[in-house]
Amino acid sequence: MSTFHDVVVIGGGGAGLRAAIAVAETNPALRVAVISKVYPMRSHTVSAEGGAAAVSAADDSLDEHAYDTVSGGDWLCDQDAVEAFVAEAPRELLRLEHWGCPWSRQPDGRIAVRAFGGMKKKRTWFAADRTGFHLLHTLFQTALSYSDIVRYDEWYVTKILVDDGRAYGVVAIELATGRIETITASAVIVCTGGCGRVFPFTTNANIKTGDGMALAYRAGAALKDMEFVQYHPTGLPFTGILITEAARAEGGWLLNKDGYRYLQDYDLGTPTPDPVLRNMELGPRDRLSQAFVHEFEKGRTIDTPYGPVVNLDLRHLGAKLIDAKLPFVRELCSKYQNIDPVTSLVPVRPVVHYMMGGIHTDIRGATSLDGLYAAGEVACVSINGANRLGSNSLPECLVFGNRAGRAAAVFAARYRQAVPSAVQAMARDEERRLAEELARHAEGHERIADIRTEMQTTMENGAGIFRDGDSLTKASDQLHELRMRFAHAAIDDHSKDFNTELIALLELGFMMDVAESIIACALQREESRGAHQRTDFPRRDDERFLAHSLIQRGADGTGRVSYLPVTITRWPPGERIYGR
Amino acid sequence: MTASTGRSYRRPIALFWWLSRRSYLLFVLRELSAVFVAWFVVYLLLLVNAIGDGAPSYARFVDWSGSSWVLVLNLIALAFVLLHVVTWFGLAPRAMVVRLRGHRIPPPQIVAAHYLAWLLLSAIVAWVVLR
Amino acid sequence: MADEITLEVARYRPEVDSSPVMQSYQVPLREHWAVLDGLTYIKDQLDGTLSFRWSCRMGICGSCGMTVNGEPVLSCATFLTDYAPGPVRVEPLHNFPVIRDLVIDIEDFMAKLPTVKPWIVRDVQSPVEQGEYLQTPEELEEYQQYSMCINCMLCYSACPVYALEPEFIGPAAIALAQRYNLDSRDEGAAERLEVLSSPEGIWACTFVGECSAACPKGVDPAGAIQRYKLTAATQTVKNLLMPRSKR
Ligand SMILES: Cc1cc2nc3c(=O)[nH]c(=O)nc-3n(C[C@H](O)[C@H](O)[C@H](O)COP(=O)(O)OP(=O)(O)OC[C@H]3O[C@@H](n4cnc5c(N)ncnc54)[C@H](O)[C@@H]3O)c2cc1C
Ligand code: SF4
Ligand code: FES
Repeated sequence: MSTFHDVVVIGGGGAGLRAAIAVAETNPALRVAVISKVYPMRSHTVSAEGGAAAVSAADDSLDEHAYDTVSGGDWLCDQDAVEAFVAEAPRELLRLEHWGCPWSRQPDGRIAVRAFGGMKKKRTWFAADRTGFHLLHTLFQTALSYSDIVRYDEWYVTKILVDDGRAYGVVAIELATGRIETITASAVIVCTGGCGRVFPFTTNANIKTGDGMALAYRAGAALKDMEFVQYHPTGLPFTGILITEAARAEGGWLLNKDGYRYLQDYDLGTPTPDPVLRNMELGPRDRLSQAFVHEFEKGRTIDTPYGPVVNLDLRHLGAKLIDAKLPFVRELCSKYQNIDPVTSLVPVRPVVHYMMGGIHTDIRGATSLDGLYAAGEVACVSINGANRLGSNSLPECLVFGNRAGRAAAVFAARYRQAVPSAVQAMARDEERRLAEELARHAEGHERIADIRTEMQTTMENGAGIFRDGDSLTKASDQLHELRMRFAHAAIDDHSKDFNTELIALLELGFMMDVAESIIACALQREESRGAHQRTDFPRRDDERFLAHSLIQRGADGTGRVSYLPVTITRWPPGERIYGR
Repeated sequence: MTASTGRSYRRPIALFWWLSRRSYLLFVLRELSAVFVAWFVVYLLLLVNAIGDGAPSYARFVDWSGSSWVLVLNLIALAFVLLHVVTWFGLAPRAMVVRLRGHRIPPPQIVAAHYLAWLLLSAIVAWVVLR
Repeated sequence: MADEITLEVARYRPEVDSSPVMQSYQVPLREHWAVLDGLTYIKDQLDGTLSFRWSCRMGICGSCGMTVNGEPVLSCATFLTDYAPGPVRVEPLHNFPVIRDLVIDIEDFMAKLPTVKPWIVRDVQSPVEQGEYLQTPEELEEYQQYSMCINCMLCYSACPVYALEPEFIGPAAIALAQRYNLDSRDEGAAERLEVLSSPEGIWACTFVGECSAACPKGVDPAGAIQRYKLTAATQTVKNLLMPRSKR
């Protein structure tokens, strides 16, 4: 079966819904569809806690936001993209406000802002500490008012159909029935979010398996800067549930086992009782996570059954502030850790949080393939460079979701084309492949979960907070071996009804692609920059690597890495200075 | 766009579903209480009618009321009406948000106010009757 | 503490079963393990055919609602140790058609949701260039509680009225309508009145209160409904007295 829409959006998170609304607003005559593997309001955006950055205070300026972003990203950001981003972020957040987002307010009714890591001014808008939840539900409910936006809820995209460098649609499975359908389109926007589940210990939800990156990669699009994986310094041990940076922005301290604010030993400034912007606990995430590893090496962390931890101290903030500004933190700690942050220290450790890299796009959201666009965490524009600043990615979803939606709408209206027969054949092949995957029988003896776990451990050991040539080469070999074993993995479930095991199998396939590209890019980048720290190349090397890595799939299925210069407009590479 | 397969399973509603949970039982009892509230209305009308027909008629009514089955019925009805009242009062603070000088009055106080009003009215009635 | 616990899980595979059957699994009993961790353990290690929804595992995405020992709960926020020594009975949420195992069909809710217009309605949209619509913290607090709904469907599962009258719009949808009605930026209350005060709306509710007891996010949908009854009644009286003045 086959259905046509002018624009198909894959993903119903912050970026996807924003893109769909942009298409509907740009050209109401276009038929737009949103395909999502979970109901849109369950998308991972819902978990975002801390806030969304956009200049709004009188003492703040777009240039300062841009500079914080560029220096935070260790000069790997494209500065034209950053300038567009900071300029449009305030409008996007205001639009959300008009759509009903319950932003926290000042007593006079204006939007309130809070401090955030790596930001020189207070510019993070927040809805208590459930910002992503409110943002996503506001977008979803607003999207309901556009009755022309067709939704494919709980449909899983398995392939992007591309012929001769142009996208023609997707193949997807309806989860409830197992029905496979070809959905053709004049333009496709990928908004499938990140890939934290490639690692064992992550803040990311179960659905964040990098599907879109792999879909685009397999279709021939380039991935960019895949070696840059962000570790967030404060995740709860065992679950990996995030304790938002807002906890530190409101005044929380990081203490080692001696109760000492250890960040002062790592060139992040001097401790003060009250939070100081771009200082100590409000340094950037890459530096804080790296400091943790050094503390561990010095034996100053605390051992727990779930690995070494340090403590986050919120006690001095008091119950009143915590309930007003961080109620979700308190709820999460009491539910998942059995402690009350008002009276106890919160054990935390660095946790994989965000993918700076992704599908290579220009500043309109266009990828290297015609008719294929990308936005949100899945894309790499790049405004995040080598290290994303907290609270920049929600506005990124909105700004570039909007941009990609508008560009795709224009493209779809202009270039309507009959679907070539090669694409139809491709769709039939994909249907056949899926039928075969479903039939995979227990001749293999590997469990999907075992291969997945081994892949995750491989990634942590090979490409963690610190990496080197040896660890990466070893990881590369192990992934190769896992790839062979994966070919023989079996599934128990051969039913068509809501077959989550088949989905897990397909997701694992996508994650292997993502994992391989992370390792390949990391191996080639012989320098240390932002979140990519090579112990064998501890310095930043602007001579050779002030460039984005691009990885593209060759005919033999392996990735080839090349480099693309970074766009510098106004801020020449400099030293990253915090706390001074 | 999710099409139902038509194969999904619908759990039949068990005959005694309302016994599975205290709150469900309470819910069914409260629904039932409407019958007894109606009975009190009928009883009141009968009383008024009897008074209107003169003293002998009233005496007959009082006799009848004293008969054991009417007494039992009225006691049961009283229990149900009390249940109705108590649950109704419990609900009140959820339905009304009362503000006093900008502050929201806490729910227990609203409930208390209802009971107070009830007591007051009962006292007035008692005073009128027993005077 | 024993180191294992039994999960009795309802299985329904439409291809082979005509009604659900219970299947038992032994899973490790560990501190911090949610019921959901037990289920993922089953799926990963024991039986790949078990189907259930989950995503955030932090009680915010609303995917993982199930009936555990008869109670509607989020399985990622309900802990195995609280049920020791077991067994723990895990079934799909009640009052919904079951697609497969623990997966329910919520299309009915998804279809009802847009009918209450859960978005900001305004006569005149002012352009964003003019800045935010002002809203004081007090005005925010008016509706904040009702904006916390994660659409987890526990309240529908707990509601006997929904079980008996599937036409009932239901607790979460009405609470969301109230969320917008009470938002100082919204002017759509009149448009929502008709649907809300229909027989399938608030008047179907007889205040069982189980929805609010089940709600993991403190939304208090029962309260929202009772409050709206008062509003609707007042509005009806007003309309009777002044038929021509709208709003
Ligand atoms: C715990 C946590 C807290 C965070 N807090 C903040 C914060 O405070 N501030 C901030 O700015 N950022 C924060 N972030 C980052 C930010 O939330 C994410 O980067 C952002 O929400 C990503 O949105 P998205 O729209 O790109 O993707 P998602 O919201 O992840 O949506 C992806 C969508 O794609 C769909 N999808 C995926 N694969 C397929 C497929 N194969 N077929 C069909 N559909 C598919 C999914 O169903 C989903 O709808 C946080 C992240 C985490 C993990
Ligand atoms: S009102 Fe509460 S129980 Fe009902 S869907 Fe919303 S969050 Fe879940
Ligand atoms: S998995 Fe998201 S609410 Fe439980």
